[in-house]
Amino acid sequence: MADPEIKSYEPHHESQSAAVTESRPVRAVLMAVAFAFLGVFLLLPLIVVFNEALAKGVGAYTEALSSPDTRSAIRLTLLVAAISVPLNIVFGISAAWAIAKFEFKGKAFLTTLIDLPFSVSPVISGLVYVLLFGAQGLLGGWLKAHGIVILFAVPGIVLATVFVTFPFVARELIPLMQEQGNGDEEAALSLGANGWQTFWYVTLPNVKWGLLYGVLLCNARAMGEFGAVSVVSGHIRGLTNTMPLHVEILYNEYNAVGAFAVASLLAGLALVTLVLKTLLEMRYGAEIAATRGH
Amino acid sequence: MEVRVANVRKEFDRFPALHDVSLDIKSGELIALLGPSGSGKTTLLRLIAGLERPTKGAIFFGDEDASQKSIQERNVGFVFQHYALFRHMTVADNIGFGLKVRHGPSRPPTQEIRRRASELLDLVQLSGLEKRYPAQLSGGQRQRVALARAMAIEPKVLLLDEPFGALDAQVRRELRRWLRDIHDATGHTTVFVTHDQEEALELADRVVVMSQGRIEQVGSADEIYDTPNSPFVYGFIGESSSLPVKVDNGDIWLADRPIGLSAAHAPSGEAMLYFRPHDVELVDGCSGCIAGTVAASRRVAGTRRVELEIGGERQRVEIELPVDHPAAQKSRVAFRPRRWKLFPAA
Repeated sequence: MADPEIKSYEPHHESQSAAVTESRPVRAVLMAVAFAFLGVFLLLPLIVVFNEALAKGVGAYTEALSSPDTRSAIRLTLLVAAISVPLNIVFGISAAWAIAKFEFKGKAFLTTLIDLPFSVSPVISGLVYVLLFGAQGLLGGWLKAHGIVILFAVPGIVLATVFVTFPFVARELIPLMQEQGNGDEEAALSLGANGWQTFWYVTLPNVKWGLLYGVLLCNARAMGEFGAVSVVSGHIRGLTNTMPLHVEILYNEYNAVGAFAVASLLAGLALVTLVLKTLLEMRYGAEIAATRGH
Repeated sequence: MEVRVANVRKEFDRFPALHDVSLDIKSGELIALLGPSGSGKTTLLRLIAGLERPTKGAIFFGDEDASQKSIQERNVGFVFQHYALFRHMTVADNIGFGLKVRHGPSRPPTQEIRRRASELLDLVQLSGLEKRYPAQLSGGQRQRVALARAMAIEPKVLLLDEPFGALDAQVRRELRRWLRDIHDATGHTTVFVTHDQEEALELADRVVVMSQGRIEQVGSADEIYDTPNSPFVYGFIGESSSLPVKVDNGDIWLADRPIGLSAAHAPSGEAMLYFRPHDVELVDGCSGCIAGTVAASRRVAGTRRVELEIGGERQRVEIELPVDHPAAQKSRVAFRPRRWKLFPAA
């Protein structure tokens, strides 16, 4: 192993930079550890999910997916995503625009605030809504008097989802817009474009891939969120159960095929997201400036 | 279009970037704003464009007060240092953008926009590149497209912010000549910002020298170079040497001896003598001259730059000698400035 001849030549090997000082066995061990970790914690569960879902055959799988409660959970999840993702796009673009293009007081505070959902446990964010809108909550009485139902209904689920997902688009766009600066917008204005034309023809096309990337991650999270939604949903079957909540209920009822069938849909969503994300990164890596992990 | 900047002051967060600046730009003139970084030249350009609003003062386009108008209403062509081309649009779409975003009857039909774009591409000598994207062009080509885009809206004034700043020396020189030709052909009133004095002196009808938020001097290249009106301009434009001297009854003294120059109208007392290193005459023996010991000698292109140590104070000045001049070999050199100027001692 410690052949001096080979060792002295190694740094000049074509594909290795001179900065690589670890010997070949060390590199092999490091890579093996990384792959083993991914295999055990990511790949294996994925295989188990699909395996369990199809344990009693394709018939049982499709039957499990076509039960009314499951269908309603899928519908609700799609509805929640369909409301919260567009809200996120609007919020994300406005926040990124404000932070990247203007100077104002409280900018650092706003930037910190945007990261809050990443640092707070989703359960807490759910509880906040309970304290705010619950029967004993701050606004509970007023809401009840006016017949507005938020908690244990779709509005509460949407609110909780919006809360946990709102950093995604903004965090993707802020570094991108900051890097691009104001030059293109100033050019458009000097050529006579109004604010809306500048946004539509110049700003949006400049950030479109970053935006798509953020939307993709946001959507995956919106559909997969468990903690915050669990607190505010009330788990009413066929009414306020989203897919992740439905998986738990089915599993607790020892309905393994049903639970894993729904879980396989979520896992499928994750895989599709991953593939799209990788494709976007491959083609538009330079434009998606933000590579910080999520 | 005439442009008049009247007593303009601009502050950023209470920090003044321009102090009470006034400037008259004649119609059809090519004018350069020249200064080191932080001199306020870009701020002045952006104020004329409407990208910034003045804290005080006004800017007139002709007789019209433009200072309260937005950049869209001012109809200026602005060329950015880093081009600011729209990267997702083709060259033709970039050039046509200003016409495309117009409303109502002032917006030409698509066919007409396309025709204008090709016409302008011909003007900037890039015919046939309509379908390219900015990323597929060289730096010089991008800057030409940026200029064509700015000219497409038939601007009242053309404003260029360090237009050649991001290009290499060869391309800079080429584009400089080319911009002069374009200006002469189109006759736009043009203001450009630069920190490159060679560029300013060669290209502009008049040069505005700026420093620390003030205009130091406005004049033609000859005026600026031959009769600088302040130590700053002397030092910033071209090479200069300076020596602390004393004026006594109209005679100029260096330490304890007269140097053979007289300044009849200068007040007696301490002063600074400025001159160009190449604008000196060498003299033999020293009665009424500046003499010094050669401290260093460098070959600079076609001449020899000699650094002299003068007098007991060990002041150093530079003068320029022809390469084959015998004095270049000597260890002591005596000279007298041919053209010079006195400024009050700082």
